[in-house]
Amino acid sequence: MTAPLLEIRDLSVTFAGRHGEALEAVSGVDLTVNAGELHGVVGESGSGKSVTMLAVMGLLSPGARLSGSIRLDGRELVGLSDRQMRRIRGARIGYIFQDPMTALNPLLTVGDQIAEAIRIHKPQVGRTQAREQAVELLRLVAIPIPERRATQYPHEFSGGMRQRAVIAMAMANEPDLLIADEPTTALDVTIQAQIMELLERLRRDKGVGIVLVTHDLGVVAGAARSLSIMYSGRVVERGSVDDVFAAPRHPYTAGLLASLPQAGTRVDRLTAIPGSPPPISMRPAGCSFHPRCAHAVEQCRIERPALREVGAVTVACHRAEELVSTGLMQLSGADA
Amino acid sequence: MSAAVTRNAGRRAMLPQWATLPVVFGGIIVLLWVVVGITIPLWTPYDPTMLAGGRFQPPNASHWLGTDALGRDVLMRTLYGVRHSLPIAALVIFCAVLIGGTLGAIAGFVGGLVDSIIMRLVDVTLSFPPILLAMAVTAALGPGLGNAAIAMVIVWWPIYARLMRAQVLSVREREHVEAAIAAGATRPRVLTKHILPLCWSPIIVNATMDFGQVVLLAASLSFIGLGAVPPTPEWGQMISDGALHFYRWWIAAGPGIAILSIVLGFNFLGDGLRDFLDPRSK
Amino acid sequence: MTTYIVRRLIAMPLLLLGVITVAFLLTYFTAADPLTSIIGERQMNNPAVVEAARERWGLDRSLPERYLIYLGNLVTGDMGTSFRTRQPVAQDLMVRLPATLELVIAAMFLGTIFGVVLGVLAARFRDGPIDNIARLFALVGASAPVFWSGLLVLFIFSVQLGWLPGPGRIDTRAVAPPFVTGFYTVDALLAGDWAGFRSVLLHLVLPASVLGWTVTGIVSRMVRASMLDVLSQEYILAARAKGAGPLRVLIHHALRNAMLPTLTILGFSFAYLITGAILTETIFSWPGIGSYAVAAARGLDHPAIVGVTIVGGAAFLISNLLTDIAYALVDPRVKLSQQESS
Repeated sequence: MTAPLLEIRDLSVTFAGRHGEALEAVSGVDLTVNAGELHGVVGESGSGKSVTMLAVMGLLSPGARLSGSIRLDGRELVGLSDRQMRRIRGARIGYIFQDPMTALNPLLTVGDQIAEAIRIHKPQVGRTQAREQAVELLRLVAIPIPERRATQYPHEFSGGMRQRAVIAMAMANEPDLLIADEPTTALDVTIQAQIMELLERLRRDKGVGIVLVTHDLGVVAGAARSLSIMYSGRVVERGSVDDVFAAPRHPYTAGLLASLPQAGTRVDRLTAIPGSPPPISMRPAGCSFHPRCAHAVEQCRIERPALREVGAVTVACHRAEELVSTGLMQLSGADA
Repeated sequence: MSAAVTRNAGRRAMLPQWATLPVVFGGIIVLLWVVVGITIPLWTPYDPTMLAGGRFQPPNASHWLGTDALGRDVLMRTLYGVRHSLPIAALVIFCAVLIGGTLGAIAGFVGGLVDSIIMRLVDVTLSFPPILLAMAVTAALGPGLGNAAIAMVIVWWPIYARLMRAQVLSVREREHVEAAIAAGATRPRVLTKHILPLCWSPIIVNATMDFGQVVLLAASLSFIGLGAVPPTPEWGQMISDGALHFYRWWIAAGPGIAILSIVLGFNFLGDGLRDFLDPRSK
Repeated sequence: MTTYIVRRLIAMPLLLLGVITVAFLLTYFTAADPLTSIIGERQMNNPAVVEAARERWGLDRSLPERYLIYLGNLVTGDMGTSFRTRQPVAQDLMVRLPATLELVIAAMFLGTIFGVVLGVLAARFRDGPIDNIARLFALVGASAPVFWSGLLVLFIFSVQLGWLPGPGRIDTRAVAPPFVTGFYTVDALLAGDWAGFRSVLLHLVLPASVLGWTVTGIVSRMVRASMLDVLSQEYILAARAKGAGPLRVLIHHALRNAMLPTLTILGFSFAYLITGAILTETIFSWPGIGSYAVAAARGLDHPAIVGVTIVGGAAFLISNLLTDIAYALVDPRVKLSQQESS
């Protein structure tokens, strides 16, 4: 069997804090994405999901320390020089940013910015040729009248159109992997659906592997086949979307699911998980989730749970089996 | 930005922070010059207008910066020069703040036609390149250090008028002012007791920053021949002398370095303070 | 933004009228009798000469009369006659304007390039030694009196090292290129006079550097601040995510955006350059408006002083206005709002 498209093994990322102390933003993360697969990475802000993705791109600030392994098609990326990484960024991996308002350079036309992405990696492509390709890419992401749109500046685009342009830019060199970091968060709900539909089409037609980073389980539900849930810099649950949604094993996942609006019902107040994630510098011992967990026992405070297979999913919770058996999680109402 | 907030926050929380290297460095230079200016008659070996030795002597053991075309000691003249530059600058800034501040406060407080007239005057004055206006005024009044000072006040007052007007306009909206008006305080009393005390701090900061520029402009006017008249050991005047004999570099070197150091001192001070006041640039 | 520019355009003539009025009044209320500088001290005792001169120069009329006459003449481009050169002031200024413009443009060019480079380096290596050196260099430039630093560079590079020519616009033995634009560089090129062009260019180096240094600080501080601002934007990260190299990110993406706020202070630096040009021209025997202004002020040549002051004020006002317009043209966001509202 060939190597997976993206394989992250035991990745940890440490930053230096204000007073020189080490802050571990990401701890021992494993993640596997196959070609043509859409994998969801779900977590609240500060869970380490964006840091993990920036680590894949080699775009962390110079002070960050990496350990573990990131392989793209079997090739190790950790330890590559910036010059080597530059040949991968934008060529093998495309990156889609959260806010299309700020991810486009306001002073360059959209066409120029896409053409730039092409010419950085294929200097032999002529200027006019690159512009033609840029127009084709805008057509690919379903922007109407792409010839005219290519000559316009970002501020002349609506939010959804900008995000399409950002996706076109990420797709410029037909990468094998797209990393979409909260691609729909800044957009209106109806536009969100269109962007997700576009990503799905790119996956299907172009066979591109996609990592969809989001805090919104609902977004993943419609698009992804498999997902990883992150909390406090760790993966706490991983499995196929169907399995996880049907029977979440981790109390955190269950909480996230419970906070989803139920199909068909109009809720004024969502069931939210009490409390908020701890800041990096104050992560508790044991299971990081225990201060917010209704089912925490003494063991959770002391011993950090390892990821293990429970039923169809992989989960990091000491009480994964009993919590399901005692039927505490009959909450998975959201339809996949 | 409100004055009171800046000042109070600045005093308590930031005191160690704004004592940065540039601020300390600039402060020391300025302080040194002030000390020299005050004490120099007590320890000087030569009178600045006295002929101390041969003409055009390059720097040597008895005349560290050499002597000028008349045989006067350049170092002594340079050190005495600060007794003209700093008091003039202080006087100019003081008068400009007083006049500009008063007019700006009246414009902001009274409003209406008075405001329009004063502010149009400000606009017109600020439409001139500073040195040209100063030259024209000095030429009209007749050359001399006093007239140059008047010219510089005319150049600088509009800056403080604008600042003060903006301050008054923002402070006027505060609750305690409205309370005072409601309590029946007279208008002059409201202005002097309730508004003005809160307006000063940004003006003082700005005045500190402008000091260097005033020293530079005063020296420039003297250099052109519109400021200090010959026997006076004024820096611009001395450089003008040195320019006639610029192959003898030392004649202009003393006053040149003096101007550079004192303006640099004020600029360091101002630059450091601005960094501290404007978080964007830090 | 558009309405702002329109407002500025409307205010322009009014401000200009204010400038003219102030400049005119200044010489009217002069302490020294301008006649002294016209006919000389000795002739002041000769009533016939005094009376004739008074009438000839219109000094016998009332203030409003003289003001209206001056305004009327100004409209036709007549600024009166210089007491000193006995030439029409407007003509004197026209002849000298190109020299000043050539110097100021060269200084602006050098100052901006150096300022931008320093600012970019300072932002890129923020708080490091390069940042501090750039800051010191900029502050010294803003603090050094040009009338001394000019002398110093003349002494070092011309007298001691002999690398560059001394004062003046062109080699004293050379003939000035035939007048077309008044810019010696351009005229020498038009005449195909390469030796002359070289000489003119070399003569420009020292004064333009000294003068340009004064604005290096303003430009570099501004570029540094806006570069730091821009570098933290997401589109910079996006450019790196495309695989763009560090230089491309810094220049193509960051600097372009950082130049926008920098444009706004170019008008401000122009004020510095006018101030500096007056003094620099005096040091370098540069036959421009600055040295003319100094000579006029020294000689109490009132028509010339008023003329120079008006021209300087106009240049000042126009440069500030141009800065605003340039800002509107460069930023596509502003351009759009213009199209929409017009």
